[in-house]
Amino acid sequence: MLVEWTLDHLQITFVAVGIAVILGVALGVYITGKGKEHIADTVLYLAEIMMTIPSLALFGLLMVLLGSMGLKTIGFLPAIIALIAYAQLPILRNTYTAIREVDPAMIEAGKGMGLSERQLLFKVKLPLAVPVIMAGLRNAIVLTIAIATIAALIGSGGLGVPIVRGLRNARMDLIIVGGVSVAILGLLVDGLMSRLERWVTPKGLRRR
Amino acid sequence: MIELEKVTKTYPDGTEAVRDVSFEVDKGELCVLLGPSGCGKTTTMKMVNRLIPITTGKIFVDGVENTEIDEDELRRNIGYAIQDIGLFPHMTVAQNIETVPALRGWPKDKRRQRVEKLLELIGMNPGEFIDKYPGELSGGQCQRVGVGRALGADPPILLMDEPFGAIDPITRVRLQDEFLRIQQEIKKTIIFVTHDIYEAIKMGDKIALMDQGQLVQYDTPASLLYRPKNEFVENFVGADRALKGLQLIRVKEIMTSSPPLVEADEGTATVEQRMQYEGIDWLVVVDDEGKFLGWVDRANLAAGQLVSDIMNSSATTATANAVLSEALSLMLSSGLKILAIVDRANKVEGMLSFDAIQKALSEIAQRGESE
Repeated sequence: MLVEWTLDHLQITFVAVGIAVILGVALGVYITGKGKEHIADTVLYLAEIMMTIPSLALFGLLMVLLGSMGLKTIGFLPAIIALIAYAQLPILRNTYTAIREVDPAMIEAGKGMGLSERQLLFKVKLPLAVPVIMAGLRNAIVLTIAIATIAALIGSGGLGVPIVRGLRNARMDLIIVGGVSVAILGLLVDGLMSRLERWVTPKGLRRR
Repeated sequence: MIELEKVTKTYPDGTEAVRDVSFEVDKGELCVLLGPSGCGKTTTMKMVNRLIPITTGKIFVDGVENTEIDEDELRRNIGYAIQDIGLFPHMTVAQNIETVPALRGWPKDKRRQRVEKLLELIGMNPGEFIDKYPGELSGGQCQRVGVGRALGADPPILLMDEPFGAIDPITRVRLQDEFLRIQQEIKKTIIFVTHDIYEAIKMGDKIALMDQGQLVQYDTPASLLYRPKNEFVENFVGADRALKGLQLIRVKEIMTSSPPLVEADEGTATVEQRMQYEGIDWLVVVDDEGKFLGWVDRANLAAGQLVSDIMNSSATTATANAVLSEALSLMLSSGLKILAIVDRANKVEGMLSFDAIQKALSEIAQRGESE
């Protein structure tokens, strides 16, 4: 049972974060473009607001929204949507900030040597932004592992299941099993991510 | 090679950064854009490679108007070095230098060869530095790599925006000297921006002095010093123009090229004979490879048997490419009346006396009055 819950939990987390990375990085890069300052402000503002909505309330809102569109209101789909919404903020924000804060001298030198906008993005800006984007990703994963627990309330499965059951039936043992497992999982994944972070950071940027 | 024709830059808010500037830089010439900050010199330079779009006027590069060349293609043909360098920290020294060759799709071994050649040119040992990251280099080394990167694909033209601006004065002088040596070898057409009149006089074949967006005077350094066109130029050049004139003359132009030498392991008797014969009170001491060691003075002759016993060791030397003002300040700070002039391997090439500088100085002053 515990193995199954854990695997479910990891699955929800990684599907949500996987989609959030693609969305977050793409959107983050897009809004750093020239003349997109207003869009950037709006997007980042909306994303911040999203973070302030309590997860339980968001699940509730999603049920109404998905219901009105004739989609399933409980289970995997609403859980994933809510988790993507939460996970993309740290990724989006870090991508945006990291690219905006690339030393202007490097951009000027790159342009002056004849790098096109696209080459500048892929050869200079993104590699330099990798450490910060990775920090955002790590943040997003840990956050998602925590929130995915609550998603058990709307029937997504995962390590929230024993906790919910324990609460309903006054079974302290189930609550503890679920809670401790989530905590351990969070720590483990965080440790792995910190390794990965160092590994994907370009060599010249690593702290010696 | 580079020709500016009535170039004007007006920003949307109405500010005129550059107004009606025209001048020509000949092939192989180093043209300094000089002026106080905000005078439009950097803007002018950046319009050449279209980092800043021109408002009216024309700029010709090698006879072709630069707006007719694809922007990126134009820039790949023009080396670019800036004060803040902007080395890419996630790339090695080699990867930085081969940025443009890689964009051009040069094969790997050709790129490697080029990088090695450039590292030698800028005085950095390829074996030691080729795979280092910018974070592992000193400020001066970064500046060198920045210049090397600008030369990456051997462009005929270079734009340099205060390339030696952000480093300590001693390193700066050394880099200036080295760059002049490199320029003698590679003969690029260069536009070099600075606000430092000493640097301008030392580096420039021509100087374009700008003020408030306009070109005030375009002339050789000597003409700028001695025939200022108006009060602004006169004030900018300053009252100490005779001293600044020392920047115009290089040590090699007035040094004595075969100074009296003696090897450190010779006896004092030989030294005395030599001094008698040459009619002087001192000799330059070298080792058996001709490398500079110090001085021997008549007053100390009695104190020992060998030259090495009685010589004054010294490390103060100048290179033949140094300008007189640098040589003079070395003399003043070390208390020497004669300076040994050495090459890159520290071998003695000549010597420079205080008297010779004095003579040169009075000649400059005379020239200034007569012109």
